[in-house]
Amino acid sequence: MLRYLVRRILLLMVTLLITSAFIFALTQVIPGDVPRLILGRDAPPQAVEDLRERLGLNQPVPQQYINWLMGFVTGDWGTSFTGGSAPIRPLVMERLGNSMRLALLTLIISVPISIALGVIAGLFENTWIDSLISILTLSVVGLPEFVTGLILINVFALGFGWLPASATAPSTASVGDWLRQLILPALSASFVLMAYVVRMTRAGIIDELKKPYVRTAILKGVPQRQVITRHVLRNALLPTITVIAVSFGWLIGGLVVIENVFSFPGLGRLMTNAVERKDIPLMQAVVMVTIFFFAIANLAADLLYALLNPRIRLE
Amino acid sequence: MTPIIQAEHLYLDYKLNDQWVNALHDVSLIINPLEIHGLVGESGSGKSTLALALMNYLAPNARISKGSVLFDGTDLGTQSPRDMRGIWGRLISLVPQDSLAALNPSQRVGDQIAEVTHLHEGLSVKAARVQAIEMLRRVKIANPEGTAKRYPHELSGGMQQRVTIAMALSTRPRLLILDEPTTALDVTTQAVIIDLFRELIHDNQAAALYVSHNLGLVAQLCDRVTVLYGGEVMASAPVADIFQRPIHPYTISLLASLPRLTEGTETRLPTIEGTAPSLTGRPRGCVFASRCPVALPLCHEQKPPLEQIEGERWVKCHRWREMDSGELMIDTAPKADVSAAPPHASYVLTAEDMRKAFGKPSLLDRLTMRQPKVVRAVDGVSLRLLERSTLGLVGESGSGKTTLARLIVGLETADSGTMELLHVHLPNKLDQRTPELLRGLQMIFQNPNDTLNPYQTVGAQIARTLKRLGDRSLSREQIKARVVELLQAVRLPADYANRYSSELSGGEKQRVAIARAFSTHPALVLADEPTSSLDVSVQSVILNLLKDLRTQQGASYLLISHDLNVVSYLADWIAVMYLGEVVEEGPPAVVYTAPSHPYTEALVSAIPTPDPTAQDKRIRLEGDLPVELPTGCRFHTRCPRKIGAICETDVPPYREAGAGHMIRCHIPVDELARLQQSLPETT
Repeated sequence: MLRYLVRRILLLMVTLLITSAFIFALTQVIPGDVPRLILGRDAPPQAVEDLRERLGLNQPVPQQYINWLMGFVTGDWGTSFTGGSAPIRPLVMERLGNSMRLALLTLIISVPISIALGVIAGLFENTWIDSLISILTLSVVGLPEFVTGLILINVFALGFGWLPASATAPSTASVGDWLRQLILPALSASFVLMAYVVRMTRAGIIDELKKPYVRTAILKGVPQRQVITRHVLRNALLPTITVIAVSFGWLIGGLVVIENVFSFPGLGRLMTNAVERKDIPLMQAVVMVTIFFFAIANLAADLLYALLNPRIRLE
Repeated sequence: MTPIIQAEHLYLDYKLNDQWVNALHDVSLIINPLEIHGLVGESGSGKSTLALALMNYLAPNARISKGSVLFDGTDLGTQSPRDMRGIWGRLISLVPQDSLAALNPSQRVGDQIAEVTHLHEGLSVKAARVQAIEMLRRVKIANPEGTAKRYPHELSGGMQQRVTIAMALSTRPRLLILDEPTTALDVTTQAVIIDLFRELIHDNQAAALYVSHNLGLVAQLCDRVTVLYGGEVMASAPVADIFQRPIHPYTISLLASLPRLTEGTETRLPTIEGTAPSLTGRPRGCVFASRCPVALPLCHEQKPPLEQIEGERWVKCHRWREMDSGELMIDTAPKADVSAAPPHASYVLTAEDMRKAFGKPSLLDRLTMRQPKVVRAVDGVSLRLLERSTLGLVGESGSGKTTLARLIVGLETADSGTMELLHVHLPNKLDQRTPELLRGLQMIFQNPNDTLNPYQTVGAQIARTLKRLGDRSLSREQIKARVVELLQAVRLPADYANRYSSELSGGEKQRVAIARAFSTHPALVLADEPTSSLDVSVQSVILNLLKDLRTQQGASYLLISHDLNVVSYLADWIAVMYLGEVVEEGPPAVVYTAPSHPYTEALVSAIPTPDPTAQDKRIRLEGDLPVELPTGCRFHTRCPRKIGAICETDVPPYREAGAGHMIRCHIPVDELARLQQSLPETT
């Protein structure tokens, strides 16, 4: 087990190393001269050259990559080109905290509901209950996030006025305030997630119910409810749990549209901002953090799967 | 005496495509207390359906349309689902088919056993767990405490089967239903499990229904036997009557179609022509009439009644009186094989010192310092195969026989070793083989369902092989003609070329696979368990076909089978493999009789004989294949004839015991012969 973990963490580092090189290469080919972008078109050439020197941009590209990577690893993520040369790390960390809160709330809302719906749909396969659940979840996933987001804003924020339309409270706000402004974006993300989880759960239940061990349990005289809770559920939910774990990575870094609709200060929105302003160091940092979480989520999914499935042995 | 089970005129239907089709037709069956009742039938005969119907367990799309099942005098049809839950697992238990699939994969086996007594006897979870360990001890599991904490996949097939038995017996049920419980096991394990069944059923004072397609097992274990065909009872009688004076034509033909060890290769097996009736077209007359060698016009018109005759025998045949009195005989004597030709004197295949190990470290393993486990699947095997002969390869699963075949055909690349096909060097790597060599080697696999493409017609699949491997200059018409020719060679009508494999029966699919293998005029065909997924009556047809094709097409076979009877029917030479090594080789008649390697002796001894009077043979192999390769003789951990420390420390010599007959054992040949002489003759 320990050996497996070490192996996986080594692999994770290799993955990150390769992606870091990739990201760095990408930022190199973005058009525009960085010192001039920072100083503006009218800056004197000498000032531009001085800045180039200071940023280390006159060094050969591999050297620049190594400098950047070493800095990143040691916690020196550099300063933002825009916004008054603010240091990047605290900014990204703050946004990461916000994203994690949103991701967590999304999972808390969507997972229990969608697993319950999926189990019910699976148990009542091909009945009207199953059809109803399928139609509901599929119609929700069919709508793009900005549509569901705008509908939610219109109904709950503008219509009833129960919840804020945008999530811009300062991080010092109370927990209650935080929750209030997280609910709408979290609901919006939940809708996307729910359809997948319901379909996976339903398929898992239907698959498992056909397996011979279910018949064994019934013919042992086990009451029907216990056949489901004691025997079927754990096996049926295995694939679903992996999907949920992997989706955590998406919730951290991939909610670009939802964060923009709700003006939510998360990583996704930070990334769009960085791209708009051609703020290359910020872009690099956000992408690295996002990829890190994707990789971690994947690893967590595998570990969780192995933990719940005795057939998988980690060696 | 109230019977444990009394099924009366039972009719069961399945709903298929919104139509009710009849699967069990007027089935009556009585199981008396303490009786082990055998239920025999081929696939599709409805034997598993009947076994479950006797437990009042129906598939969601099934219904009992007529008749009833009485359990100990109670009509199960009138019981509520709640009542049934009090009967299942407590009074009637099932030992299921395929024990790995029948156990919950994510629950410890001890807990799965404990659930039964917790539920039915009100034991606390803790007490039930203790009870479960006691049950594991009773089914002779060596380390019951440790095993109880294991998950099903961590146990060997034999151990999994013991777990299901422990589960079924933990409440002392009155009736055990055993649904093909040993089908997936090796013969050696099967023999041990059957002994265990006999003992435990007796100790428990239970009655049992033993469902099987294996006539030999039924003969060894059961008191009474019911023969099912097409969802109808053909005959039911005490075991001795069924096997020694069968009076139903189906029973007679079925018994005759079994290959037996002593028959040798000069005969042809009697076969049952035709195919089993489909559920949708139940004939008006006798259900067996279309395949019956003695059917009268009456048999096609009118169903015979199930009649009771003296000696507790039942039979469903218009002509049973003539069969019983001996007026009417079905010729079941094996015919001499007129087409048989002796092998040539030159070799079609030579393989020297073939080796293959699995689990070598990959690049990733090296990067991350992982030590993979190495399994030496084939470890220094040499073979020589004469032209137009058949080499039989036998051994338990895990012996390396399939890997060896895959090395020869190129599906796996050997680590080392040299091969020659018709005196031409045969490279180990598939991509270094010339088209000529590829054409010369073909393979027939175990399960034709998996090897035929369901989305291509039979003709297209054979044609594809011809186009890819055959003569590139063949025209469309020539290919078409060749496909028809090949189909005819395997006795299929030419219009089968346009069919899809889903429209064919199991035996027909295997014929298509055989036709495809022969499409390139191969010099050597490797057949890996070619009949083990087929019914007994189909098996004999395929075996005869393989025999004919060997002569007609001038091919040689490497035949892999766990069934020594099948091997002896086709093979001129036999090699016995154990843990990647050949431990004995020679002509079948010689290998199967003393002196032989103790492992071969155990394999032969484990074959169940379809003769209830046959003396029970003594040799039983305990335990499973060792995971780590043993030192000295590889077989010493399980050998019933181990002589001492030398077996554990020294590699045994490969000694000659007669013309070409080789045995790898420390025991001298004449000593082996003396030791094994006391053994009863095999039939």
